[in-house]
Amino acid sequence: MEHYTMNLTLKVWRQENSTAQGRFETYQVSNISSEMSFLEMFDVLNEQLVIEGKDPIAFDHDCREGICGSCSMYVDGKPHGPWRHNTVCQLHMRAYKDGDTIVVEPWRAKAFPVIKDLMTDRSAFDRIVQAGGYISVNTGNAVDGNATPIEKEKADNAFGAAMCIQCGACVAACPNTSAMLFTAAKVSHLALLPQGHPERKTRVLDMIAQHDKEGFGSCTNIGACEATCPKDISLSNIARLNKEYRNAALVE
Amino acid sequence: MLDSKIPPGRLEEKWTDYKGHCKLVNPSNKRKLDIIVIGTGLAGASAAASLAELGYQVKAFCFQDSARRAHSIAAQGGINAAKNYQNDGDSIFRLFYDTIKGGDYRSRESNVHRLAEVSGNIIDQCVAQGVPFAREYGGLLSNRSFGGVQVQRTFYAAGQTGQQLLIGAYQALERQVALGNITMYSRHEMLEIVKIDGKARGIIARNLITGELERYFGHAVLICSGGYGNVFYLSTNAMGSNATAAWKAHKQGAYFGNPCFTQIHPTCIPVSGEHQSKLTLMSESLRNDGRIWVPKKKNDTRRANEIPEDERDYYLERRYPAFGNLVPRDVASRAAKERCDEGYGVGTSKQAVYLDFAAAVMRYGHIECNKHGIANPSAEQQRAYGLEVIKEKYGNLFDMYEKITGENPYEVPMRIYPAVHYTMGGLWVDYELQTTVPGLYALGEANFSDHGANRLGASALMQGLADGYFVIPYTIGNYLANEIRTAPIPTDHPAFVEAEQKVADRLNRLMNIKGTQTVESMHKRLGKIMWNKCGMARNAAGLKEAIQEIRALREEFWRDIRIPGSIKGVNNELDKAGRVADFLELGELMCIDALDRNESCGGHFREEYQTEEGEALRDDENYMFVSAWEYAGDGKWNLHKEELNYEVVKPTQRTYK
Amino acid sequence: MTWKRAFTSSIGRKIVMSLTGLFLILFLIVHVSINACIFNTLFDAGDKGDTFNRAAYFMGSTFLIRVMEIGLFVLFFIHIIQGLMIASNNSTRRGTPYQIKYGNRGSRWYSRSMGLLGTLILLFLIVHIAQFWVPSRFGQLEEVQVRNGTAMVHNLFLRMEQVFSHLWVVILYVLGCISLGYHLAHGFQSAFRTLGVHNKKYVRMLVVLGNWFSILITIGFISMPVSMYFGWVHQ
Repeated sequence: MEHYTMNLTLKVWRQENSTAQGRFETYQVSNISSEMSFLEMFDVLNEQLVIEGKDPIAFDHDCREGICGSCSMYVDGKPHGPWRHNTVCQLHMRAYKDGDTIVVEPWRAKAFPVIKDLMTDRSAFDRIVQAGGYISVNTGNAVDGNATPIEKEKADNAFGAAMCIQCGACVAACPNTSAMLFTAAKVSHLALLPQGHPERKTRVLDMIAQHDKEGFGSCTNIGACEATCPKDISLSNIARLNKEYRNAALVE
Repeated sequence: MLDSKIPPGRLEEKWTDYKGHCKLVNPSNKRKLDIIVIGTGLAGASAAASLAELGYQVKAFCFQDSARRAHSIAAQGGINAAKNYQNDGDSIFRLFYDTIKGGDYRSRESNVHRLAEVSGNIIDQCVAQGVPFAREYGGLLSNRSFGGVQVQRTFYAAGQTGQQLLIGAYQALERQVALGNITMYSRHEMLEIVKIDGKARGIIARNLITGELERYFGHAVLICSGGYGNVFYLSTNAMGSNATAAWKAHKQGAYFGNPCFTQIHPTCIPVSGEHQSKLTLMSESLRNDGRIWVPKKKNDTRRANEIPEDERDYYLERRYPAFGNLVPRDVASRAAKERCDEGYGVGTSKQAVYLDFAAAVMRYGHIECNKHGIANPSAEQQRAYGLEVIKEKYGNLFDMYEKITGENPYEVPMRIYPAVHYTMGGLWVDYELQTTVPGLYALGEANFSDHGANRLGASALMQGLADGYFVIPYTIGNYLANEIRTAPIPTDHPAFVEAEQKVADRLNRLMNIKGTQTVESMHKRLGKIMWNKCGMARNAAGLKEAIQEIRALREEFWRDIRIPGSIKGVNNELDKAGRVADFLELGELMCIDALDRNESCGGHFREEYQTEEGEALRDDENYMFVSAWEYAGDGKWNLHKEELNYEVVKPTQRTYK
Repeated sequence: MTWKRAFTSSIGRKIVMSLTGLFLILFLIVHVSINACIFNTLFDAGDKGDTFNRAAYFMGSTFLIRVMEIGLFVLFFIHIIQGLMIASNNSTRRGTPYQIKYGNRGSRWYSRSMGLLGTLILLFLIVHIAQFWVPSRFGQLEEVQVRNGTAMVHNLFLRMEQVFSHLWVVILYVLGCISLGYHLAHGFQSAFRTLGVHNKKYVRMLVVLGNWFSILITIGFISMPVSMYFGWVHQ
């Protein structure tokens, strides 16, 4: 792998707080190594800003290995930047070349109000989980782990849905600003496992009610969420959610 | 004298006996008792959920935007449990024994045995919560091997076991939030413990959005805030992982146990340059199938694929034939460092070794070809089938490696190097997980208790969940049973006012330094001191230097740091500054502890104390104790010792040959 | 769960869209089949639009069909109103718009434009109804005697010839049908997904089927005004 350095122009959304008017600011960063991660490039910029006595850019990030779901930047029109199945913390600068201009925006959704700059409030997701995204089993109630065999394919599909890192890229990408992929991933994860069956009807109804209450748009099966999801969560989970809803709301 | 409150009786009966005799709180009283939980990782979320299920009123705090983002989420490989589903000779005793031995005989027997006893329940609980563990075609749970162990007892969910377990605990927590038993405070950072009459009675937390300081009362406080690996700046911890909660507890009287015991994980992606902000782990499970090697020739500049088989040194297999590539982490890390220091390292930095899957690909390919009835498969065919298997097992890790390095690990061996990963040390706790401050508990990585001087792979998840789901719900009752007459103390109590003032003063002081250096640059410098002098190998001279350097750096920090913005509103630099200020104190204590412990054991390798073959040389005669440090003012600590009495296991030199 | 709640949640509304959509798809099949009768003139010189006129007459001949016709209008109405409401509701969920749009990198333009396509189809539909259904139903059309019979039926064939003699009308119809095609390309498979078809094998099948269906329907409908305009089909 050839390494190189580059100079870049960044246009970043700056917003003092949730009520302030935001605007784009333009910054220059130089000597960025192709081996850096995208957020490390932001670190360099922030160091520069601090030294100049300016307010550094606030952005959410934590694990920087693509699993905690904190990072959330809308880079050049795509959540998490140009790479597929990727979070922005795992995006590396070899994706860019010298002289590039990069535009960075926060997730845009009324249900995800901007807290500051690129940080948004995604607590709506927590509330959707609170509405029913769990299995009601108190500690100590469990039977032996192998008491219920689970078909490998089902277990694998449940895992595929449970890979969701709750980052909100699906909402950011969705032209309808819908959180249906997130909700579907949780409903699917639990509906596919026998342990989740007793509550499957109330779960789907309550979670959808909360989803709507939070002010997300509705799903029209466009598929931008699937194309964006860093964990490659399939659109078929939404269809499974629809089936769960149909059975819960219409059959009984 | 430290009282570890180990129950009397035979080792295997202690926990049962304890549970049979500890005090209980009746359900109507539980509703009147408030418990504060700091941190929502595996230990915190599981404790919060379990205690709320019992009926206690819980207040849970995390600095992240959601409870589910705690760094437990990044654990990859798996979770151990003595289920013996594989019929390969596992048992509670064997898990107990492996953990004690893996910890190089520096952990408490009774705690470790309890951990092994409840390990099976954890799996059951998680399965019931809907954790999608990997399964066999028959629908039953699958297992894999991990380092330092000769049985297959590790349960896993591809390469993201931590995330799946945490989601389980998080969902249990959110369920209790929905039921009104837990109040969740996300984007809040605990900055002080409030003590009243010697007991922990609450906290001062800073709302990271508004910047306001807030007071919260609790009949007990649980610190579940994880480890302090970020002292080293570069580690596999998350950017936000910090020691602040534990450190504040320490400064309020909780002793700090074995601070020098840090785990350096052997398989991480090597540092690529000065800009690096964190290191990424490649799961230990890779050592199941990967073979670690370096060229036999020094400074070999050929590409890995150009080096013929007989010019490769599979040094772990050579030195430790019994365990081979699956030796415990401390051993594997030191062996890698030894090879690189001798000049056999690979890659541009020469600070890396190869982790090679070529042999495993062919081995799996052979099995698959047999399965598919291909009699004389060509090498290509075999390789193609083998790659499929490897992809299914480790696909996400391989993808991650490629994203970070730009190299395709299916084609060329991975380059790996050890990195700081976990801290065995932490707040000293007794058998009930209570610190030396009554009412103040520490769970999970934040305490010191179960892993001795070295943690075995897949045991951190086990310990975090054991503490939260199965230990604290019993042991806290034993304390709270005496607190049922304590009415909630209003937060205008002078102790709260004073604590808040102290926090406010410190924040103001930080803001008013208005110096020239960034917090990040100071943190990096601290990290370099720690890594070079208190890292994989330590010696007395280096540690003494380190202590002086850290003191000087701390002084410089408080003189020359620059934090823009204001105390009000979001100020990430201020958040970070507070954490680094604490690391600057903790780092010193780590060096002091490392200097005090004149032996090598587990993750603590003192160069002065090694065998002729370069293995760690323990000194059971003089150091068979837990160092519990009492804070005695700025830069001063008093050492208390908890003797470790091995009643069942007989300590021997740890050998994996 | 009341019916009202079941059909007014975000998924409930989608179910309404998919059910009405699927009925409208059935209607399209009937519609295109009946219209295809005009091509009988190609094979039977004596037909002179008779097959088509009789088929069209049949579609208004019995009480049952009349009731179904009302039902069809109701379905159209629900599909249109609900669709417009969903589209306008969803368009308010973003707040501050993005500076740079995700665009076609993440999805197909017609999947994102169902509201727009639907509106175009609606405009087309109004013209279409005014040109054919209204005159036919309210009796302003010339009548013609069917072959081998005595009944008098509306000469819709003639009406078509007249209407499609204007180039602008033909262009309007072609555009309307293309809008319909794209609307279907998304709507067909989406309707099944909404009803809960998640099995990947079937979804793949439905996507392929939906694409072919949209293409055939579009070509089918476009072929009529075009062939009349160019005089390939005549009395």
